[in-house]
Amino acid sequence: MKRESRTRSVGRAVVRKEGREKVTGAARYVDDVRMRGMLHGRTIRSEIACGELRGVRLEFDRAGFTIADHRDIPGRNVVSLIADDQPCLVEREIRHAEEAVVLLAHEDRERLLAARVELDCRTGTAVFDPLISTRSFKDVRIEKGDVERGFAEADLVVEGEYRTGHQEHAYIEPNGVIAVPENGGVVVFGSMQCPYYVHKALTTLLGLPAAKVRVVQTETGGGFGGKEEYPSMIAGHATILALKAKRPVKIVYDRAEDMAATTKRHPSVVRHRTGVRRDGSLTAQRIEVVLDGGAYTTLSPVVLSRAAIHAGGPYRCDHVLIEGRAMFTNTVPNGAFRGFGAPQTQFAGEVQMERIAEALGMDPVELREINALRPGDSTATGQVMRDDCSALDVLRAGVKRSDFRKKRRDWKGTSRGIGLSLFFHGAGFTGAGEVKLASRAALELTETGVRILTGTTEMGQGQRTTHAQIVADAMGIPYDRVEVAPVDTARVPDSGPTVASRTCMIVGGILMECAREMKAKLGKLSPRAYLQKHGPLVVEKQYRHPEDIVWDDVNYKGDAYGTYGWGCEVAEIEVDPDTYEVRPLKLTAVVEIGKAIHPVLAAGQVEGGAAQGVGYALFEDCAVRDGRVANHTLTNYIIPTSVDTPPIDTVILERPYRHGPFGAKGIGELPLDGAAPAIVNALRHTGRDLRAIPATPERIMEAT
Amino acid sequence: MRTAVSPLELLEPRTLPEALRMLRDRRPVTPLAGATDLYVGLNFGTLNGRRFLDLSRLEPLRAIRARGASLSIGALATYTDVIRSPLVRRRLPMLAAAAREVGGVQIQNRGTIGGNVANGSPAGDTLPVFAAAEATVVLRSAAGERRVAFAEFYTGYRKSVMRDDELIVALEVPPVPGKQWFRKVGTRLAQAISKVVIAAVRAPRSRIALGSVGPTVLRVPRTEEALAAGAPIAEARRLLQEEIRPIDDLRSTAAYRRRVAANLIARFWSETS
Repeated sequence: MKRESRTRSVGRAVVRKEGREKVTGAARYVDDVRMRGMLHGRTIRSEIACGELRGVRLEFDRAGFTIADHRDIPGRNVVSLIADDQPCLVEREIRHAEEAVVLLAHEDRERLLAARVELDCRTGTAVFDPLISTRSFKDVRIEKGDVERGFAEADLVVEGEYRTGHQEHAYIEPNGVIAVPENGGVVVFGSMQCPYYVHKALTTLLGLPAAKVRVVQTETGGGFGGKEEYPSMIAGHATILALKAKRPVKIVYDRAEDMAATTKRHPSVVRHRTGVRRDGSLTAQRIEVVLDGGAYTTLSPVVLSRAAIHAGGPYRCDHVLIEGRAMFTNTVPNGAFRGFGAPQTQFAGEVQMERIAEALGMDPVELREINALRPGDSTATGQVMRDDCSALDVLRAGVKRSDFRKKRRDWKGTSRGIGLSLFFHGAGFTGAGEVKLASRAALELTETGVRILTGTTEMGQGQRTTHAQIVADAMGIPYDRVEVAPVDTARVPDSGPTVASRTCMIVGGILMECAREMKAKLGKLSPRAYLQKHGPLVVEKQYRHPEDIVWDDVNYKGDAYGTYGWGCEVAEIEVDPDTYEVRPLKLTAVVEIGKAIHPVLAAGQVEGGAAQGVGYALFEDCAVRDGRVANHTLTNYIIPTSVDTPPIDTVILERPYRHGPFGAKGIGELPLDGAAPAIVNALRHTGRDLRAIPATPERIMEAT
Repeated sequence: MRTAVSPLELLEPRTLPEALRMLRDRRPVTPLAGATDLYVGLNFGTLNGRRFLDLSRLEPLRAIRARGASLSIGALATYTDVIRSPLVRRRLPMLAAAAREVGGVQIQNRGTIGGNVANGSPAGDTLPVFAAAEATVVLRSAAGERRVAFAEFYTGYRKSVMRDDELIVALEVPPVPGKQWFRKVGTRLAQAISKVVIAAVRAPRSRIALGSVGPTVLRVPRTEEALAAGAPIAEARRLLQEEIRPIDDLRSTAAYRRRVAANLIARFWSETS
């Protein structure tokens, strides 16, 4: 604790590491990079949701073109991830309408775009409804107590079905890479979250040893999960073309292709059956979670896992049965998206809580206070809460800060409404994930300080800055003496993917250990003196799993996460009685995140997540027609502008996590979980019963 | 797939007569001003034209001025020009209101009134204003000038009586008696395309025009007559729903457009009483 009392940059809003480059326009994104002899790549897609490829007709002058298909893949034709079921290029079977079939490259973009390719396909019978689909990618079952006994103890049983739609990441920079043949292998530069995922996918695809593949992250303009697994696909395409052409090949999607072809948030159908006593205490929760996985496995098993674990919400209940399945459909594969299943199930859970309060004639805050997890209580997986369980704190702070009770009374019967949500989010990988990853991070001594080496990436969230703050304070050196190395798999260790609200908490923790050892090794020597005396110094550490975090992956029991962030969001809205448009007036977001390493970046995560949640709640509606996204433009796929986003009053509470660097927990995903249910509960306060999002004016009209 | 731009030809006249000659002699040619609609087509590869006539140097067509009792809005006046014009704000405030709701500031700086009318999208935000104001479209060709009442300008979805050797040079708006009212319902509060858009004038002979509820901007004469005759608002709502022809599309549904249009007629009537 003494060390922490001497902190100098943690907890302060230091200047972000790459801030100057971004503000001045000096930062180089992948489409800013041009190389000698570079070709542009283009992807010819299947266009039918289900069927068989019979033949390909190239109806253009082939001069100057490089043309590739699955036969040009030297290794295995898969995009390697959890299950290797997704081909990089179609051989025969077509499972969705945006599958890559043929790749073209040419140095003249216009000739490239003008090239006509006709596919000869036999069309099969597509499945678009996950409830009708009979093919499951993954089933999850979480059981606690005896749910039938719980229902027998109930005075009242409340049932409901809730639906959420696709959500598009809408990062400002679309997916893009450049592949460059080099020394019998390849170097890929690109916009991505997880360079080592790309590295693994490429070595599999090419059948090359690890050393022959290098992956370098370029400055990345947002990810939100959309650059977790998809870069492995586009990198594969560019690489196949580059190796065939023996020239660098760039593929940068335009917005329409990016929105049509890349992963989205899983749509969900969640059914609740809840037993409750007259006094408000929950006796039984039976929850069925169905996710639409799309056409390939991608990350659906782990999204489902997180969805199911969060489905019961931050409440204690002795008898719980949660059953989940992620289903195959002939649509573009769904994948990682900030929140990773938890926004879907906590939307359902928090609207269900509101309906339970209504059924009991009870105040919705009181119902949540009665059931909120407290230290010593256990979750659906039987994880016992410790002192950093803050459900009640965030709830009470949110209610007080927003003047919830008064507005609830005063606005009754008006077009204004106020609603809230109480939620939690497990920080880091689910279950044994962190153990399996065995992430590594390192520090390298420089003349003036240290350089951070991690395989996790900056994508706007601020990892370079927060990592440098942690290292600076753990070593007791100024923040500006800490550099961050570019992410290049030839130079940095595999720190695991940049996902799951883990980068600051888990990788920051490994770096903190590196910093302590580095400090001990330096002793009283300055970095320069040490280098002169002993030569170069690199300290690399691997993740050590705390012994007090125990998970049983077979039975889904135990500590699903090392810790949880906690949140309460309060939405104030006004509905136009003539147009059914919802104007959010204000959002109050209270989060407990252990320790805000950088208070401004932390608040930025809360505001950004809440704003993305406003879009999820009210606007963002993928119109899927015959398995394709019909509104694949930002003209018709509506994300909120700054005038559609209300002022956000952010309150950060801190209850240190015993294993987090300076007590930090994860924060990135938490704020997205709560906005949609708070807004829909505010709509309920105006007398409108909505059970599906987005709550568009068209849907609100139906509910009016 | 994006349209290739290098084969496109751009003609750059310096005067209106030169532009009109090019329009006559170099057909087919597509006039462009702010290019804000054109670029959408370019981006999605739906642009058919290969030769374009850049009107941006024809500065005189940008003027907004009084012509006696009428207001003349040059075809090249931008939305920003309209928003800033004291004349427009005084005589035709519903046009300034419509212009403020178009796109963002960048689009407002480039997009032109003539372009909005020529493009003829049923969702064009200024079209209901000109319909309700009973404006005149002033057309010019090398052969001379032609004036067409706005109500007779459009003949169908993105179709008008304008010949391909003609340019819109101005919109002329006669004095508008009574209270003006405008409401756009977009897909969000800014940077949105209309789902329903209404411009209306409350006067002894009230006029109501709607966009995005039919293949062209629509006047609703039976609704207007009923209101003028003192019919209850419920009757006006019923008639309106018979007169409009909304469809389901990516932005909204026919049912929503029908109900919201009716609600807004009632709101117009109560807010201007």
